[in-house]
Amino acid sequence: MPQNEYVERWQKQNGKRYDYEERKRKRLAREGHKQSQDAQKLTGLRAKLYQKKRRAEKIQMKKQIRTHEQRNVKSSEPNQPSATPIPQYLLDRSQASHAKALSSAIKNKRAEKAAKFSVPLPKVRGIAEDEMFKVVKTGKKTAKKGWKRMITKPTFGRSLVDPMLSILHFPSNLRPPVGNDFTRRPVKYERFIRPMGLRYKKANVTHPELGVTVQLPIISVKKNPQNPMYTQLGVLTKGTIIEVNVSELGLVTAGGKIVWGRWAQITNNCENDGCINAVLLV
Amino acid sequence: MATILPPPSKKQKTADIKRAQEQQDIDYIPDNLGNVRIQFHDAATGAVTGPPVSVPVSDATTKNIELILNTLLGNDKSERLPYRFALRLGNKADEKNVLDITSDIYRLVLKTGLKTTEDVLGLEYTPQAVFRVRAVSRCSASISGHGEAILATQFSPRSSSRMVSGSGDSTARIWDCDTGTPMHTLKGHTSWVLAVSWSPDDMIIATGSMDNTVRLWEAKSGKPLGNQMKGHTKWITALAWEPYHLQTVGNPRLASASKDATVRIWDVTLRKIDATLSGHKGSVSCVKWGGTGCIYTASQDKTVKIWNAKDGTLVHTLNAHAHWVNHLALSTDFVLRTGYFDHTGQVPEPAEAKVKKAKERFEKAATVGGDIVERLVTASDDFTMYLWEPQKSTKPLSRMVGHQKQVNHVSFSPDGLYIASASFDNHVKLWNARDGKFIHTLRGHVAPVYQCAFAADSRLLVSSSKDTTLKVWDVRTGKLHTDLPGHKDEVYAVDWSPDGKTVGSGGKDKAVRLWKH
Repeated sequence: MPQNEYVERWQKQNGKRYDYEERKRKRLAREGHKQSQDAQKLTGLRAKLYQKKRRAEKIQMKKQIRTHEQRNVKSSEPNQPSATPIPQYLLDRSQASHAKALSSAIKNKRAEKAAKFSVPLPKVRGIAEDEMFKVVKTGKKTAKKGWKRMITKPTFGRSLVDPMLSILHFPSNLRPPVGNDFTRRPVKYERFIRPMGLRYKKANVTHPELGVTVQLPIISVKKNPQNPMYTQLGVLTKGTIIEVNVSELGLVTAGGKIVWGRWAQITNNCENDGCINAVLLV
Repeated sequence: MATILPPPSKKQKTADIKRAQEQQDIDYIPDNLGNVRIQFHDAATGAVTGPPVSVPVSDATTKNIELILNTLLGNDKSERLPYRFALRLGNKADEKNVLDITSDIYRLVLKTGLKTTEDVLGLEYTPQAVFRVRAVSRCSASISGHGEAILATQFSPRSSSRMVSGSGDSTARIWDCDTGTPMHTLKGHTSWVLAVSWSPDDMIIATGSMDNTVRLWEAKSGKPLGNQMKGHTKWITALAWEPYHLQTVGNPRLASASKDATVRIWDVTLRKIDATLSGHKGSVSCVKWGGTGCIYTASQDKTVKIWNAKDGTLVHTLNAHAHWVNHLALSTDFVLRTGYFDHTGQVPEPAEAKVKKAKERFEKAATVGGDIVERLVTASDDFTMYLWEPQKSTKPLSRMVGHQKQVNHVSFSPDGLYIASASFDNHVKLWNARDGKFIHTLRGHVAPVYQCAFAADSRLLVSSSKDTTLKVWDVRTGKLHTDLPGHKDEVYAVDWSPDGKTVGSGGKDKAVRLWKH
């Protein structure tokens, strides 16, 4: 038996008082009187608490009344299943894709070059290297030298370049991050460590004009405004431009081809939030 | 911006390599095979034409056979007709055993061992359209005017110079397609205009709307013919006019299908309900008025019903589909829509002559093997289509499978030989209307295909899609003929004018576009 259920237990064993129902009815009947007395007589903190509770109750009540009223109203207008006109053959189809079917009317506005870099977040806080990187001092030799760095910010979890190619063509300190399908070389060859726990592959992308948010896979990091090296490392900070895969939204170009990648800008401090929120650049 | 074809699959690539490695035997017809005897039959009536003709095998190509047939029929050199030939292999009743002769007799018949030079080959011939529709290739006009998306379009049966479009701004508009300018605005509805239909005599336009009413308009002046016609309790989904040859002169009738599961037949002159066809249990998605006095309705209750147009009684219920029936098409749709207007542009004068001509045209189009046959194809949400011949049987002739999503729209070619189906799986498929055999998949659209329309000569097909393009397809080869980008958003409605000169389309971008050669 849980604690505090002594009344229930007593009732189970002995039954209810013979006048239980009657007393309950009377108490309910006097409820209004009790409430009005409380409203008038209570003072101080109790009055405040009481009024707060009463206000919340009234709001609920009014809402309920309104919904009841709406149910009874008979409108003469035929209720249109959707705000935008659609042809007869699409009328009874579920508009499940509605939220996703971002209108392709709003698109390709960024064709002109001038508009290309007018982004929602034009300025971001600078992040110094000592905030971005933690010096790793483990082991006998690395402790002495201290050249190894761990990135303290979220990063994108995929390589853009073939790992072998990147080893061949880039000096080790500028090498793009490796993909997660890549067998790592010995740790001592890597100068930058991107912790697995801070890697992201998906972003919650909002379409600014339709106010729809969809989770989409990230394709690449296009530009980190802090430092070109961060772009190469795939660091995701507030203001970073990323390319997201919008193919499932079904956007098409004027020529009738499917739009695949589309740029978006990160709007939150992802290292604090544990998720990536971005806004689509249209 | 051309559509890029998908890269060849591994199967195709290996086949190509194999073909490149092997030595091809050259396509030539040996000239020592002697003669083959050919007996011509008229496919429509089944009558024998002329005596059997002996033709050298090396010369027995369709071109030459066509020439012989023209001579046999006594056609002048100036009025030679193109013919389509088919070889009947089995007995008469067997519909399936027919082989289309597309190139030459040696390769198709003799080499494959179907017949030998000893046999007399019975060739059935069907005349092809004597005129040729040229593929539309450019946008001749983009006319703005509608305030909302365009939901339906139709061309006038008389010519390609008038088109009507129904829109979400609760108006319909008549356009002058020669100059690309608006003619009249048909104001009156209080909600979206979902269906527009031009009467077969080109005089009246009927519009059906979201506001549950049907309105009639004078096609010439755009003036309303009386008030709204009330009766339905839900929106109108489709409209169908009584075929011209069945109308009592000056007193046409109109059928309207509605979401409220009924079809109402309206007396257009008295503007009252003639009959109400109730029996469906779900929204009626499509209605067609056949030339043999039947009304065909497709519904979301998975059935197709056939009604007697005279007294509104139920004749048959066709049950086969497993999900909503979205659309249906008749093999005679084109002649019923155009009535007495044909490609020559000559209109007979007195009303009796008009009825006679309309009847003649209908019978010519519907006659197969000597009797009048009206075929029906229904498209459904269960990804299949069925081909029916309701006069003969309530069992389907064939089931057409292959689409991978809902089939939204079907249409018969004007000559009644092909069926095109548009589906949400981004493909258009072509089928043989004789036996429902699959012919081609027309790939190219990258989003659901909404509608398709045949050219008057059945050689071309245009399809409209959510991917903002129209595409013109060559029916014979099954290849993309022309890609028509230009719309800024989904294309909801498309129609090819009965004389083949213009394609009209409209969609979510609110502009009517006209496409010409």
